[in-house]
Amino acid sequence: MARIKLEGLKKTYAGGVQAVKGIDLEVADGEFVVLVGPSGCGKSTLLRMVAGLETISEGRLEIGDSVVNDLEPAQRDIAMVFQNYALYPHMTVFDNLAYGLKNRGFKRSEIERRVQEAARMLEIEDFLPRKPRQLSGGQRQRVAMGRALVREPAAFLFDEPLSNLDAKLRVQMRVEIKQLQRRLKTTSLYVTHDQLEAMTLGDRLVVLNGGRIEQVGTPMEIYARPASIFVATFIGSPAMNLIPLDYLRERGNGLLGDLPKSTDIVGIRPDDLHMQAPSGPHLVVDSTLELFEAAGAESHLYVRLAGSDQPSVIRTAGQPPVAEGETLRFYVRREALHPFNRKSGKRTV
Amino acid sequence: MQTKRMTFPGRWLPYALLAPQVIVTLVFFIWPASQALYQSLLREDAFGLSSSFVGLANFSRLFDDAYYLNSLSVTAVFAIGTTLLSMSAALLLAATVNRLLRSRDAYTTLLVWPYAIAPAIAGVLWWFIFNPSIGIVPYVLDMLGYRWNHRTSGTDAMLLVIIAAAWKQIAYNFLFFLAGLQSIPQSLIEAAAIDGAGPVKRFWTIVFPLLTPTTFFLLVVNVVYAMFDTFGVIHATTQGGPAQATNILVYKVYADGFVGMNIGSSAAQSVILMAIVIALTVIQFRFIERRVNY
Ligand SMILES: Nc1ncnc2c1ncn2[C@@H]1O[C@H](COP(=O)(O)OP(=O)(O)O)[C@@H](O)[C@H]1O
Ligand SMILES: [Mg+2]
Repeated sequence: MARIKLEGLKKTYAGGVQAVKGIDLEVADGEFVVLVGPSGCGKSTLLRMVAGLETISEGRLEIGDSVVNDLEPAQRDIAMVFQNYALYPHMTVFDNLAYGLKNRGFKRSEIERRVQEAARMLEIEDFLPRKPRQLSGGQRQRVAMGRALVREPAAFLFDEPLSNLDAKLRVQMRVEIKQLQRRLKTTSLYVTHDQLEAMTLGDRLVVLNGGRIEQVGTPMEIYARPASIFVATFIGSPAMNLIPLDYLRERGNGLLGDLPKSTDIVGIRPDDLHMQAPSGPHLVVDSTLELFEAAGAESHLYVRLAGSDQPSVIRTAGQPPVAEGETLRFYVRREALHPFNRKSGKRTV
Repeated sequence: MQTKRMTFPGRWLPYALLAPQVIVTLVFFIWPASQALYQSLLREDAFGLSSSFVGLANFSRLFDDAYYLNSLSVTAVFAIGTTLLSMSAALLLAATVNRLLRSRDAYTTLLVWPYAIAPAIAGVLWWFIFNPSIGIVPYVLDMLGYRWNHRTSGTDAMLLVIIAAAWKQIAYNFLFFLAGLQSIPQSLIEAAAIDGAGPVKRFWTIVFPLLTPTTFFLLVVNVVYAMFDTFGVIHATTQGGPAQATNILVYKVYADGFVGMNIGSSAAQSVILMAIVIALTVIQFRFIERRVNY
């Protein structure tokens, strides 16, 4: 059990690529923090610096109460789950789990006890005598988890551990990881590019972009109040619609007068465009339906706003009786607007 | 498995395309091999004027011959020594180079050089370096209190030929080991590092076991090399001496056949060599290729 504290962490690779450009973050003891961002934004680099697999170019890293900048990975009391699982192919599942304990000089009986316990927790007891190549992707994933938790480390580090699984298994493992972390209460730092995974797993999210933090907060805080256009469009699916303020202002209603002067673009989530007029102050937008996408419990309506070529997407529950080419009217509650400044990319209020 | 199927127009084209390979095999392998088999059953008279069929007498005489038995054990020492030295040196180099991730290309090209040098030249080179009167190694050893002389000491001579023969094979082994090391995912090493294994432990518990297919392949290749492809090295350095100390089987075939003119015995020796090669090849394909998969 330990907190992790990052202070001004920077990484410049030998070739001069600056992958991480100054990260300040504190992960509380027992917290599950997810680093999320598009591919290439420096998530893995940051995680690997915490693990000790990459040197820290600048800044301070604390795990527990000590600075660990110069400690070897083994001395940092962390365990990592790799994207490709990194199981030792020539060892049985049992030996894969036991390897880290053997290296640390645990007694045979203790190794046996811990491996059995982890295997039971992850339901991989039957696979203990097998080699990794005799396991399915999901089973390998469990073994990789088991190898991390037998050591009972101060922190778990995950680098996109679910991205090699098929969609169904990914959801299942996501739930299991969450439950496991709840039960063990081990501080966890989890990297993913999948915003849904991030939203569902994290106690807090850290949205990264180009080696910097865009926003830190609980999933709902970030969803409800994205701090920048980047976060607004990255978190949530389908992505938030961005509509020029001038366009909305032309539609009148005098509702937008109180927005800060710097606002020039407004974000509206696909869920916030309703087909029935809500109570309270709201805007009215007309549009033409270009494409209707039924996705079972919900539908996506791809529209073009009237008098502009602005494409937008609306998400509604069920399947409304609409036809492509039809003109549709949508209502947006005043509170559902996310005002941004295009130039700075920041939220204005 | 999908296999590619070619169809040729006409009947003769496929045969014509195969012909060069078949002819080369016939002329340079099948024919000499059958000649050796045939000759091994004959004995020539002292003047080489006539020969008579003697059955397996050439073989039974060989196994009563103290020189031949000596040659067998000399060959064993030589083959094991050469294989161990060339493989461990190559593995050490490959592991080092593998760590220097960058500028890898320049390194590998440099290290192929010794392999490109013909074995005879390598032999002469070593003969020169170890020359008791003018070589640098004896000079240095002398200062350290060791009188090196491979012309009189069988041990020195054996060391010399082992070093010379191993040297030539290092670059070849190096390339295979490096390729093997490169194919081990970096994340495995990283996982082991997090699991508390230091560099040496990582090497012996993760890297080396994962290299076994490469190691076994090279083991056979190197033994075959040491036993059959080192004629040039011996010829250029010790010529089998002193006192038969480095007279390995291939060299003895030559010495008995072309110098001693005992064609029957020489042929019998080459038949035995041939049997050993075949046995090693069978081991390679039947046993190792299947067993060494993890
Ligand atoms: N070993 C390396 N050497 C040089 N540049 C690297 C190295 N590893 C990653 N990078 C670069 O650093 C940036 C961040 O990479 P990474 O942390 O892997 O991103 P992510 O995990 O978010 O996809 C990328 O631009 C990548 O090309
Ligand atoms: Mg990554």
